[in-house]
Amino acid sequence: MVLVVVERDGDGTLTEDSAEVLAAARDLAESLGVPVGAVAVGEPGELPDDLVKRGVGRLHLLAHELLTDGSPACLGEALAGLVADLRPAAVLAPSTDRSTEAMAWAAAELGMPLATACTEIRPGDDGPWEVTRERAGGVLLEDAALTAPIRLCTLRPGSPSPSETAAADEMTVHVVVPELRASVPRARLVERRERAAGMTLTTAPVVVAGGRGVGSSEGYAVLEELAGLVGGAVGCSRVATNNGWRPHADQVGLTGTRISPDLYVACGISGATQHWVGCMNARSILAVNTDPEAPMVTRATWAVIGDVHEVLPAVVDEIRRRSGR
Amino acid sequence: MTPFPDRAQVVVIGAGIVGNSVVHHLARLGWRDILLVDKGPLPDPGGSTGHASNFVFPVDHSREITQLTADSSRQYAELGTLTTCGGIEVARTPERVQELHRRMSSAHAWGIDAELITPAEVAEKVPFLDPTVVLRGFWTPSVAVVDPLRAGELMRERATAAGALTVSAMTEVLAVDTDDGRVTRVRTDRGDVDTEYVVVACGVWSPRIAALAGATIPLTPAVHQMIDVGPIAELAATGREIAFPIVRDMDPLMYERQSGADLEIGSYAHRPILCEPDDIPSLAAAALSPTQLPFTPDDFDPQMEAALELFHPVLDRPDAGIRHAINGLLSLTPDGHPLLGETPEVRGLWSAAAVWIKEGPGVGRLIAEWMTEGAPEIDAAASDIARFAPHERTRHHVRARACEGFNKTYGITHPREQWSSDRGVRRSPFHEREVALGAEFFEVAGWERPQWYASNAPLVAELGVPDRPHEWDARWWSPIIDAEHLAMRRSAAMIDLSAFSQFDVRGPGALAYVQHLTVAQMDRPVGRVIYTPVLAPDGGFRSDLTVVRLGDRHFRVVTGGSDGARDLAWFTRHLPRDGSVTLTDVTSAVCTLGLWGPRARDVLAAITDEDVSDAAFPFATARTITIGSIPVLALRLSYVGELGWELHAPTECGLRLWDAVAEAGAPHGLVPAGIGVYGTTARMEKGYRLVGHELDAEHGPVEAGLALPGLKSQDFVGKAAYTKAREGEPEATLCTLTLDPGDPAGHPRFPQGGEPVLTPDGARITDRRGRPSFVTSAGAGPSLGTYLLMAYLPPWHAVEGTGLLVEYLGERYPVTVARAGRTPLFDPDDTRMR
Amino acid sequence: MDVLVCVKRVPAVGAEILLTADGTAIDTRHLGFTIGPHEECAVEEAVRIAERTGGSAGVLTVGPPETEEQLRYALSMGADHAVRVDTPETDPDPEATAAAVTGALGELPPYDLVLFGEASADAGHAQVGFRVACALRRPVVGGVKGIDLDGDRVLLRRESPEGVEVHEAPLPAVAAVLEGLNLPRYPTIKGRLRAKKAPIRVLDGPGATGGLRTLRLRHRPEARARTVVLGHGAAAAPAVVDVLAELGIVP
Repeated sequence: MVLVVVERDGDGTLTEDSAEVLAAARDLAESLGVPVGAVAVGEPGELPDDLVKRGVGRLHLLAHELLTDGSPACLGEALAGLVADLRPAAVLAPSTDRSTEAMAWAAAELGMPLATACTEIRPGDDGPWEVTRERAGGVLLEDAALTAPIRLCTLRPGSPSPSETAAADEMTVHVVVPELRASVPRARLVERRERAAGMTLTTAPVVVAGGRGVGSSEGYAVLEELAGLVGGAVGCSRVATNNGWRPHADQVGLTGTRISPDLYVACGISGATQHWVGCMNARSILAVNTDPEAPMVTRATWAVIGDVHEVLPAVVDEIRRRSGR
Repeated sequence: MTPFPDRAQVVVIGAGIVGNSVVHHLARLGWRDILLVDKGPLPDPGGSTGHASNFVFPVDHSREITQLTADSSRQYAELGTLTTCGGIEVARTPERVQELHRRMSSAHAWGIDAELITPAEVAEKVPFLDPTVVLRGFWTPSVAVVDPLRAGELMRERATAAGALTVSAMTEVLAVDTDDGRVTRVRTDRGDVDTEYVVVACGVWSPRIAALAGATIPLTPAVHQMIDVGPIAELAATGREIAFPIVRDMDPLMYERQSGADLEIGSYAHRPILCEPDDIPSLAAAALSPTQLPFTPDDFDPQMEAALELFHPVLDRPDAGIRHAINGLLSLTPDGHPLLGETPEVRGLWSAAAVWIKEGPGVGRLIAEWMTEGAPEIDAAASDIARFAPHERTRHHVRARACEGFNKTYGITHPREQWSSDRGVRRSPFHEREVALGAEFFEVAGWERPQWYASNAPLVAELGVPDRPHEWDARWWSPIIDAEHLAMRRSAAMIDLSAFSQFDVRGPGALAYVQHLTVAQMDRPVGRVIYTPVLAPDGGFRSDLTVVRLGDRHFRVVTGGSDGARDLAWFTRHLPRDGSVTLTDVTSAVCTLGLWGPRARDVLAAITDEDVSDAAFPFATARTITIGSIPVLALRLSYVGELGWELHAPTECGLRLWDAVAEAGAPHGLVPAGIGVYGTTARMEKGYRLVGHELDAEHGPVEAGLALPGLKSQDFVGKAAYTKAREGEPEATLCTLTLDPGDPAGHPRFPQGGEPVLTPDGARITDRRGRPSFVTSAGAGPSLGTYLLMAYLPPWHAVEGTGLLVEYLGERYPVTVARAGRTPLFDPDDTRMR
Repeated sequence: MDVLVCVKRVPAVGAEILLTADGTAIDTRHLGFTIGPHEECAVEEAVRIAERTGGSAGVLTVGPPETEEQLRYALSMGADHAVRVDTPETDPDPEATAAAVTGALGELPPYDLVLFGEASADAGHAQVGFRVACALRRPVVGGVKGIDLDGDRVLLRRESPEGVEVHEAPLPAVAAVLEGLNLPRYPTIKGRLRAKKAPIRVLDGPGATGGLRTLRLRHRPEARARTVVLGHGAAAAPAVVDVLAELGIVP
């Protein structure tokens, strides 16, 4: 059996990540000639009906009150017990924090290796399996040999696209009440709240940052305005802090904060390496600079060649015009 | 992207401060179709310009470097990229206090405002240092911080606006093609460009680029460690990049400067950490930049302790963190000087490398002038890339001297100080005899030359030569030199001159060729020895040397060892392209032994069958004679003011020659004498001028007193300027001064050269062209019983008997103009040489 | 309170990572080494807790002698003692690392809190802290971005898809922390000088190897595309806003 740890949303539906893992598990199970099983946390009755369609013939439902608050110890302990019983060929889980943590605990409990952040799994005939996993934040891929009687892996989203899925005939559900010994060391969830509204450099999805090209402390007004419109935070380069235009807390870079927003808008920043290391993990970069050959421009996803104080006011006006504000 | 041209008048490689300055000045001087390429992006391509500490201390003991720095500061200021903040070099030790006095002398010599201040005054200017560890401060108000990246941008803009410049960043040079030793094409990953001129301004990468053309740029990348510590409230409160004077903490070889809210600490004290140009990472692979390598903290720990001692009021705070720390790369050369000018190997391939930020724009102007006019305004002899002997261009030598030189960056370097690494490379055939005689060897161009001989020590007492009481005056010196001098004047001396560079010129075009390069008439009978200046196109000195006519189509050029490589490059560059002249460097084939003194003729007569009487062998002639079984080319001339000869023999026969002369000389009281006599005491008594001291590009033969009575009809390099100078009055005259008796310091002191000459009321002296009067050579005149100094003086001071002052290590010493012009103080009628 | 931080020596890479000729490791000839940002925050937190509670902040790494450079860095940030578990491998697999740490914790005096970075900056296995917690039978919370002490309990704040969660664990406990937990301080000069002279306790590693062995490293096939120039000056504004809309940043 290939056992898949599936996660469900608040409303009980299968998460996208789990669906991807299921698809990968089916391909793997087929090549091994074994069935696919799933394991989920939950109470009987709230069954994810989409599991059958995804070829799962057997669901192990872990039901225990201690499993509700995401403790890796409890879930890991329960998984380890189930895996020890079932002896599957492999256990695959999505590469989420929760599943990774539980798998790590389970692996330790079982005394087995765990390959996290895998993008590909290649079973070996007799010898070890080979996995491909992400390293260094995904910049590098690692091919690794996984030697274990039961192969424990977590899978990154975006793994090879699922082939046509044949639905299982039917799905049997085994409710498992794990024996969670009182001795299982656990942290207790004591509070859960919506994320705070405040925006910081590290959490902002968009950072609008200015450098030498902004020219003055007052020059940041238009950056503040744009950041406000797009729900972002304002950052700056070392030149700006050195000139006293912005506080150090706003500094992005080697000696400031290193950030990884969805979009980094670099205004009048040439992109000296000391700054670049602070923003190079941004998912995308829009550079506004007068110099088309500035490193920030050549490394950016998008660029506008021009003066910050011409380009940004026009962008702000355009956003306001479109949203009718 | 700008289109890439297929032809350029000049390709400048490297867009750091040097490359940008070069294109700016070339454009200003009328060059067009200039292409500037760099492998990296702009404005910071990733070289040393991008991480340098960017401060400018204007005072250097070297006049050339001071001039380049002053010119650079003017240019940075004119571009609006210079912030004056002042700077203090602080001394923690008495030795350094003396060095600061020496700095003051240099400041006075070059006309830079500076003063020595007390620890309390230091603390007044930099309130966050601990004045109790400071003895004195050398305060220079004009010290500044510059922005070389911005300056470079502005220079590119100007050249572009003039329609002269195409800039191509992110362009890697793959090859530099040559044909018959000349540059023809640069190949890049964006295309190939035909050109006859290439300027390599690639900083630490320069050796790689030069090698593409088959030339060497002898430098090595080396680490200079820097850290930034902050935030420091006092600095942040200024709201400026720099508001406090920069401090050079000279004894631990470090500096500290404000950089915004941080204190930047740099060091030249750590172990030399060299790197290979091929090992510098690419921009993409480097964590910070190619020239900012990972910091190695163990090397910097002693500097942290030293920094803490001086700056503990701000550095010993819990929130003052080490926010940035790098092993920055800079370029080191074998002698610490830049590498400027056309490479001797490849015509059209110019080097503008190993340049500090403070010299960048000045170097740009110098190179552009040199390329345009054939000579720069500033004398670049000490920076000329052609100055190196072949072994000095090797990786081994460059690395050895770079290692030794690195810690001298802020060191106290005596003017006569010798290198200790990679010695003994070039030895004359007399070497083993010299070692046996206890020679103290000084080095020139790799040659080991006896400066004096321990075997002559008994002469010191015998001849009553006084010692020098002050250690600094006596360093790298011995009273034996004066004793050897007196012994030579008494009887005779033999002097190893094998370091002379010698070239053979042959062929149907030989006469025309040497005529073209020299001031003196070369069309003289075979066997004549001709002394001549060699001039640059603007009439300044290139060198002076001796030419011997050995045949109708055969000349021998004999020149000094120290400038031999530059002379060889100069002569090589001027060879006619038609093949009518061959130039052969015979330096290694010929050894030279000088034999001079009142008994020289007796000694020579004893070992040769030839008639060496004055009638048979007159002054300024050359003859081949036989000494034992050795054929010797004997030149009757003298640089020491005595009767005698230079004896030139095949190198392999040298030992036999030495032994023959020594044996024959013994009964006559002949002694071996060192270069201390030849180069300083004897030649100064005779008022002879020395290249690199009295003879430089800023002065011509007329001012140096070396104008010849007649002007030859043939054209020669520099003739127009020389002719003009002969017709007018000189703006300065080379004078010999004597140190007045009496010891203002309480005991005798001996200036070493480079000191300012001042009016009796202490005012600086400059001539009408703004050239300062300073001591070009200093040395004893044992036969005159006085201490001699040479200096160029403007006409109103160049009057014999005039009293002036020389400032030396904080004291001013009265001197008297003893001779204006070339007439020697010793034996003015040259009777002893006949 | 006594806190121990486990750190790993990792190369400080540039924009492009070069690999060794045999492809099994990162070419570190031109690179310096660091502990990752997560671990820097962990060290900072330990130092703060020690300062606040009058306790101690220890730092531990697993590896050959050169890894002491990272211990000294942590010491220069204010950690007061350091332990190196000696293993020949610079990048042991997570099982081996966990075994080494667990073994060391058995030999060292007890710690109230053991901190890990969420994942190492190079291998990114993200499991050693949990393995150690399991072996030691201690409560563990991952992804921690806030630590509050409350007597013999610790409150650990983390972000989850559902929002911000606070977990309460009895001491002794283990946490894997994330960058953003705090703003790590820079070492002071005094700190660096103290760190240089500090003794480092060296323990023998267990010599265990795990079941995961690196065969080769390779670059991800796709690279960042060339810059798209949206236009010049103010005229580019509509194109910029189109991009923002495409990203879902503006409606």
